[in-house]
Amino acid sequence: MSKLAASLQHHFADFKQQKESVVLGMWSFLVQEVMFFGGLFATYVVYRSQYPDAFHEGAMQLNSVLGGVNTIVLICSSLTMAMSVHAASKGNRGAIAFWLVLTIIFGSIFLGVKVVEYKDKFDHGFIPGISDHGLFTNHETHQPRPTGFALYFALYFAMTGLHAIHMIIGIPILAIIAINGLRGKYGPEYYTPVEMTGLYWHFVDIVWIFLFPLLYLIGAH
Amino acid sequence: MSKTATPETHPVSESHSHEEHHGPTVKMYFAIFFALAILTVVTVLAAMFDFAPMMGKEMGGFVNNLVALGIACTKAALVILFFMHVKYESKLVGLAVVASVIWLAFLILITISDYATRTSDWHLFG
Amino acid sequence: MSTPNHTSVHTEEANYLTNETTIQSWLLTKDHKRIALLYLLSVTLFFTVGGLFASLVRIELLTPAGDFMSSEMYNQAFTSHGVMMIFFFLIPAVPAVLGNFLIPLMVGAKDLAFPKINLASWYIFMVGASLAVFAVLTGGLDTGWTLYPPYSSTYSQSRVALAVAGVFVAGFASILTGVNFIATIHRMRAPGLTWFRLPLFVWAHYATSLVMVLGTPVIAITMVLLFLERVFGFGFFDPAKGGDPVLFQHLFWFYSHPAVYIMILPAMGVISEIISTFSRQKLFGYSFVAMSSLAIAILGFLVWGHHMFTTSQSAYTGILFSALTFLVAIPSAIKAFNWTATLYKGSVSWETPMLFAFGFMGLFLIGGLTGLFLATMGMDIHLQDTYFVVSHFHYVMVGGGVMGYMGGIHFWWPKITGRMYSNFWSKLSALFIFAGFNFTFFPQFILGYMGMPRRYHSYPEEWQVLNVMSTLGASILAIGYLLPAIYLTHSLFLGKKAPANPWGATGLEWKTASPPPPHNFHETPIVTTEAYDYQSLPLSETPEKSHV
Repeated sequence: MSKLAASLQHHFADFKQQKESVVLGMWSFLVQEVMFFGGLFATYVVYRSQYPDAFHEGAMQLNSVLGGVNTIVLICSSLTMAMSVHAASKGNRGAIAFWLVLTIIFGSIFLGVKVVEYKDKFDHGFIPGISDHGLFTNHETHQPRPTGFALYFALYFAMTGLHAIHMIIGIPILAIIAINGLRGKYGPEYYTPVEMTGLYWHFVDIVWIFLFPLLYLIGAH
Repeated sequence: MSKTATPETHPVSESHSHEEHHGPTVKMYFAIFFALAILTVVTVLAAMFDFAPMMGKEMGGFVNNLVALGIACTKAALVILFFMHVKYESKLVGLAVVASVIWLAFLILITISDYATRTSDWHLFG
Repeated sequence: MSTPNHTSVHTEEANYLTNETTIQSWLLTKDHKRIALLYLLSVTLFFTVGGLFASLVRIELLTPAGDFMSSEMYNQAFTSHGVMMIFFFLIPAVPAVLGNFLIPLMVGAKDLAFPKINLASWYIFMVGASLAVFAVLTGGLDTGWTLYPPYSSTYSQSRVALAVAGVFVAGFASILTGVNFIATIHRMRAPGLTWFRLPLFVWAHYATSLVMVLGTPVIAITMVLLFLERVFGFGFFDPAKGGDPVLFQHLFWFYSHPAVYIMILPAMGVISEIISTFSRQKLFGYSFVAMSSLAIAILGFLVWGHHMFTTSQSAYTGILFSALTFLVAIPSAIKAFNWTATLYKGSVSWETPMLFAFGFMGLFLIGGLTGLFLATMGMDIHLQDTYFVVSHFHYVMVGGGVMGYMGGIHFWWPKITGRMYSNFWSKLSALFIFAGFNFTFFPQFILGYMGMPRRYHSYPEEWQVLNVMSTLGASILAIGYLLPAIYLTHSLFLGKKAPANPWGATGLEWKTASPPPPHNFHETPIVTTEAYDYQSLPLSETPEKSHV
């Protein structure tokens, strides 16, 4: 059986039905991802509206330029992901893998920056339950932190943490798709797995596109 | 195995899906990328700008929020329409995107309506 | 295509049960029909566990004094009952057992869109359930199934984190099932099977799948937040850190209210099929019933605050929720009227599935109407957290949901197993269930109205008579549920072989053998008739006469 024929699952009538089903299935999954993160966004809206000054003070502990650079890094990874899907649609084995490796590199840079940021929070004691000595008292001024400062960081870690977990899950998937691409599994008639991986990766990028202004930029001035 | 569906017997597919080759060109992908990068720079600069001297603290804060969210939504729309191909997909996919935004809005807006309308002087019977 | 009287000709041909018989072929199956049976075993197990906890509760409530269990143990009993029944029985039962089995058959497909994901969903479900059961057995859970902080986050000494992890994991099984159904129903319908020719069972499951996909992730994230709160003290719901316990309730009920529609919509789909078949008439107002499923799915997301009228939620928001709750009752009522109208001038027969369907209609009516009492903010102040609420939700979830599930099991049993079951014992069981249910729960409306609070292990003496009646009813109900375990198992070995279409029903599932071949159909069916077109059934497919 040709490689192509093998990629048509037996319960589908033809490639068109398979592709349409997989696309709809993946989008349904992304809809649930929106609601998954959505609960955190709802929590953010509630507490930011209640504690605007505390959230401002929390955000001031973050580096917006570093966050901005990281945002652009992630946008680069979205570009390279889109390029790899494009390469897959042309059946260009080497290019598929090349662009995916770049995507992994950009994704890893993003995560590396997050590690640097998290370490900084650890040192300052801004991590609830793990290193939280800085959450209630300002160690420089010895004044208490405003109510809501701890909540800001709780949200910061919940939201960026969940986002990071999604990236950590995504990177091995990118690697597998890259290997499959090199092996010639994808071509103009069938490159759905690459496209679907792309959808997932772009979604993760979009979450960050909202996290960045909501968590970082509110402390920019 | 399955009977081959003929055009007369096969139901009208609700997604007359475009050819897989329809989609953004490489040039378009790079153009979108540059737009996204520039918008990121703009949003950082706008956030650093203090509107308060111009229009008061509350209004200034509101404008900052509006600009930041507006830019974020624009960036998201570019990613969705072009990188995620939604512009070229079936209407059903577009409906899924819209539905998720609406449902998120239900969650946030109705919940916040509770917090926004709690008054300390509510009396049950006069 | 088999006819009712020629089943023996087809016994040599492999069906989905006999084509492979190793354990591996079951545990690694991708066949939606086998996966449905895996789910059947699981949900039956969890129903039994949940029922045992219910027995503990009802035994305690035989006497006014809290003398059977300590209040701490009692807290665990009603919590475990709720958690088991809701998350591990009611939510999966109709969709994962009947939906999984029937949807590909009903749309004329060989399987669901994503068979491997279907199998994965069962394993994910079992992992989640195992975590929860483990939590219940090692330290227990005593927070109520609603898990409200600050008790669950701060003060409870029970296995909250573990239980919460179990619920989180199991939620993904639900989400994956919903994704599978959405893709299948949209993209895998047989030639000629347009949306408005679909059986209403399929419409019901489509609407349910939307709820699963849009709602379940919110409880998933809520469980994450509660876990972070409890284990790391994140403070989302802790006033000392600026948090609000009521926010938990908003997030929790945003899912848990639509969840009740996950429990009832599929059961309503079953009822539509049964009523139509056993009146031998096209379902009256087909498109109204189809659209009402979507309306319930959508409106059901906008009413969650009716669980929070008395929790310091803003009264203005409460008014909004109250009005929307009244609105969401309307599509359910539309269904009830259409089912009733279907009976008119029909050729009604009283097979067991029809008994369950009638039971459903009466009990769901009472349950639904009492929901309106609770939706009225003024009345809810009196009734909230009393047995009135307990009775209301048991009427809809058990009198509605479980009756629908039982009716569906009895309706499609011949298709699933290739066997007929005893008419006498099944009808008796339906009657026991109906009578037992009413004896158990009707007194609870009265108790609740008189002020008996829920989740208390003791109560004033003057309420004992009604409580004893309720416990007696529960014993009858238990017998009613035990009987099917016996006669259905008996039918597997000694039941009469079932023809392809014993009930003379319409629908593609009845056009293939009982049990179906592994790939459902020998040829892709082509649909040319509307749904419930009894006129076009061959004469040989009239219903078999009743037999004992």
